[in-house]
Amino acid sequence: MATKKFLYINRKPPHGSIYALESLEVVLIGAAFEQAVTLAFIDDGVYQLLQNQDSSAIGTKNFAPTYRALGDYDVNRIYVERESLELRGLVKEDLMPLTWEDEDDDWAEKDSIHVVGSAELAEIIEQQDVILNF
Amino acid sequence: MSVLHIVNKSPYDRNSLETCLRLAAAGSAILLIEDGVYAARKPSSAADTLQQALDNHPLYALQADLQARGLATDSLIDGIQLVDYDGFVKLTTEYDKTQSWL
Amino acid sequence: MKFSIMVNEGPYTHQASDSAYHFTEAALRAGHQIVRVFFYHDGVNNGTRLSVPPQDDRNVCDRWSQLAQQHQLELILCVAAAQRRGMLDADEAKRAGKDSNNIAPGFEISGLGQLIDAGIQADRTIVFGD
Repeated sequence: MATKKFLYINRKPPHGSIYALESLEVVLIGAAFEQAVTLAFIDDGVYQLLQNQDSSAIGTKNFAPTYRALGDYDVNRIYVERESLELRGLVKEDLMPLTWEDEDDDWAEKDSIHVVGSAELAEIIEQQDVILNF
Repeated sequence: MSVLHIVNKSPYDRNSLETCLRLAAAGSAILLIEDGVYAARKPSSAADTLQQALDNHPLYALQADLQARGLATDSLIDGIQLVDYDGFVKLTTEYDKTQSWL
Repeated sequence: MKFSIMVNEGPYTHQASDSAYHFTEAALRAGHQIVRVFFYHDGVNNGTRLSVPPQDDRNVCDRWSQLAQQHQLELILCVAAAQRRGMLDADEAKRAGKDSNNIAPGFEISGLGQLIDAGIQADRTIVFGD
């Protein structure tokens, strides 16, 4: 089977609608297909990665911890747009630390999240084969 | 060729067009469909923004959506190219991939 | 060329399903192949056979069924999204102990893997949503 570059673009905040949760479900299923997977969080999508989310009092599924499992699925190219963070007064430290273990580097724990400017993200978008939007 | 960006939201309702313009590499194209076509009507602030974008991006709008919304061809920004659904399909074949700014 | 189409909104509330339909029709008219139309999020509601729109309006759900019949289109409703929203075929209804099913002819329920597989097979993937 041919390997393609899949990019999942997330632009919606996590709890007011189901898009973030169902996007995560696609990413987890897609990881099994051994394609090159990249995630981008843009605009309100950056709120999906915010620390300390707890949906217990609104009675919805608390799926924020699932993002931390992405590294175990070899999903470790996660790009967050700097301009989106800045507009919302956020810095990388406000986001959940997402990591993966690099088997080619003695299982060293590495950062999955890369904060990139819009120009760099534009290039990343150009390099993809399939782009899915949520 | 590069990416065909598809915008289906009014620029006065959502930031889809603004984000698209920020993240569209030079040479990529922009197609306005559904409520996205309102951005093409001049005079307006969105039309001014799009007029500038034309320097770096071919710009298209879906004729059926313009017509449905009462936007006459002569009310649109200069340089925009109108396509029907057959033209929409053709554009997707001419560009390598599509990105829908939902 | 081979196309994969994704529809993320249900019928009538948003234009997404209409746009996707017109695009798919035009692609078929141009001689392209549609690998699959994948319905996700509220898009799964396009697969109901119980929709009864007024006579002077288009029937969004039936229209997909007819297109599928004419062109042997594969219309797939995501199983996880469909179950959440009460879209069940006969097997799913039986398994879940429900008293009825509601999937229109031409639609099938399957897994999210079908979306990824379509993206791999197709030359172009086009997403329609809100």
